[in-house]
Amino acid sequence: MFVWLEHISQWLVYDLLGLQADSHLGAAMSFFFYDTVKIFILLMLISWVMGAVNSYLPVERLRAFLNRHQLYGLEYLMASIFGALTPFCSCSSVPLFIGFVKGGIPLGVTFSFLITSPLVNEVALAMFLGMFGVKVTLIYAVSGILVGTISGRLLSLLRLEPLLSEWVQQLWTQPARVELEKAHRPFRERIPEITQEAWRIVRGVALYVVIGIAIGAAMHGYVPEAFFARYLNGDQWWAVPLAVVLAVPMYANAAGMVPVIQVFVAKGVPLGTSLAFMMAVVGLSLPEATLLKKVMTLKLIGIFFGLVTLSIISLGFFFNLLFS
Amino acid sequence: MKTIKILGTGCPKCKATEARVRDVLAELNLEATVEKVEDIEAIMAYDILATPAIVIDERVVHSGLPTVQKVKELLTA
Repeated sequence: MFVWLEHISQWLVYDLLGLQADSHLGAAMSFFFYDTVKIFILLMLISWVMGAVNSYLPVERLRAFLNRHQLYGLEYLMASIFGALTPFCSCSSVPLFIGFVKGGIPLGVTFSFLITSPLVNEVALAMFLGMFGVKVTLIYAVSGILVGTISGRLLSLLRLEPLLSEWVQQLWTQPARVELEKAHRPFRERIPEITQEAWRIVRGVALYVVIGIAIGAAMHGYVPEAFFARYLNGDQWWAVPLAVVLAVPMYANAAGMVPVIQVFVAKGVPLGTSLAFMMAVVGLSLPEATLLKKVMTLKLIGIFFGLVTLSIISLGFFFNLLFS
Repeated sequence: MKTIKILGTGCPKCKATEARVRDVLAELNLEATVEKVEDIEAIMAYDILATPAIVIDERVVHSGLPTVQKVKELLTA
């Protein structure tokens, strides 16, 4: 799909700029041009498709669906998948949480949604697709959905409702009015807003993409093979937990992170360790924790983060076993 | 006169929404009271799932960042 782009970037770097193909700088520059343009195309494409899906399946409708269907445990999986389909904005996580609680959705199911929503989002998917290809992207998406499903189910077993802030608990006693927008608008009318939103997403992460790819490209050219592998290979059992713990305080977005992680993998760090790191960076952020403080006690936030951390670590181990 | 409330905790999207509402009001020469609601408990008194949301005369008319065109439709409706 992107062969033409490879030709253009090679022509640009080697012919136009006159850099040597076997030089570090030449290799790094060629990577940079190729990756940047490819990622931007994918970002725009995926944001647009997700926006279109969301235009027909707004979160209000997903909530109504979850409210009406209690599917013998499948509702956790459904909520997790819905979370993946919904574009994530950290400032919306609190309204979403409350809105679900008000809508009568059980706490565990709400958590499933809330965990997967930032984990599997349009930016992460575009970056993975661009840097790792289809297979790894699918693995990432499926495991993100699994982490949400399993963590939500486990959280529901703990009966954590009393740990919500008091004013939130009271919401359960007030029935919510679930109003759905009934306006049926043709696809043509929706295109401008979908395009605008996709463009807004791309513009918002553009700088991080360029910086991330620049760092990745520089590392590709300069860091020797097996450099990281010496320190972070699959032999040390603590590599996965360490990667996850290091990732929690990092509030980098997927856009800046994936190109760097791609270099880690290329230089020999196991995929499971890298995926766990990535998930912890996007899924567990301290700013989100501070937002959630308004709706739940610190204890609940601790349990919530702890459990998600554990799920991510287990998943990292699992993938390292699977791919070693 | 309409009372317009912008519900949002202060994220960039919420600020953009407020700016768009004010721009459109100025452009169309409409008068309205615009109020920004930032307290989460007050916000969640309305049945919304995403911020920003626009409330006109106590009715939730939109949630998410609206296009300028959409704001015009909402304010002239």
